[in-house]
Amino acid sequence: MIEVRLFATLRQGREKSIMLDSKDFSTPGDILKHLDIIPGEVSILLVNGFHKTLDEKLEDGDVVALFPPVGGG
Amino acid sequence: MERRYERNIPALSDQECRLLRSKRVAVIGCGGIGGYLIELLARIGVGYIRTVDGDVFEESNFNRQLLSEQPLMGRPKAKAAEARVQRINPRIEVEPVSAYLDKNTAAEIVSGCDLVLDGLDNIAARRILAAACSEAGVPYIHGAISGWVAQVGISMPGDGLIDILYPQGVSFRDRSVLSFAPSLCASVQAALAVKMLIGRPVETGTIYYFDLLNQEFETIRLDLGKKE
Repeated sequence: MIEVRLFATLRQGREKSIMLDSKDFSTPGDILKHLDIIPGEVSILLVNGFHKTLDEKLEDGDVVALFPPVGGG
Repeated sequence: MERRYERNIPALSDQECRLLRSKRVAVIGCGGIGGYLIELLARIGVGYIRTVDGDVFEESNFNRQLLSEQPLMGRPKAKAAEARVQRINPRIEVEPVSAYLDKNTAAEIVSGCDLVLDGLDNIAARRILAAACSEAGVPYIHGAISGWVAQVGISMPGDGLIDILYPQGVSFRDRSVLSFAPSLCASVQAALAVKMLIGRPVETGTIYYFDLLNQEFETIRLDLGKKE
């Protein structure tokens, strides 16, 4: 399984943590499509705590964390 | 030791307080985050503060901006910041710059400073500021807020922090800002600024992310400069 942790506004209408079958998702990009999140809605993408890109190859047991952009002042 | 700084001791040493008085910082933006940054840096005793903002106060600022007051409606924010600091301590040198930061003004705005602090309210200006700070070799303390959330991080010249936080095509939808977000954001930025100015250790390549709705505080370590 892959655990997806969503932060702040990405949680709106979704769960805080989502478990997905690793056989169905090979990259974070696949997960974004599944969750109906467009890439522009994600600022920081972590896999197992490390900053990665949308095409990172995922493995069973990975934890993907997604943070929305924060841009105001 | 001036009495006004005696309660800085012993959290700061006498020598560190003197060091702060010799330092020069620029606060870019005198709105939500910037207003609190200026207040905190002035109170702790930074000797020179450049207050930069091309905007004037309007009614929609009042829910969160420390410097906004009814009598200041329509008045320049950079000048209001100067007046505020002078009321706190007239011995602090303040240089108000009533101009927006853009590609033409950025180099001059960050010149001659030991440190630059981000009180901006948009991504495009942050990219320009980060580039100008890299060019000038000046560290930059990023801060941004949205709704219930604040994020803070130190950007060292050329480290690409802002490019990671704001990749091309990214945009933020939530334009709301609640009153406690800028004060929290500025407090974290100001603490990092003071540590950098007095030479205490800080962690770079790190984003501190505060979600005040869910009471979740994350420390995110980024592999800056290691594009994969």
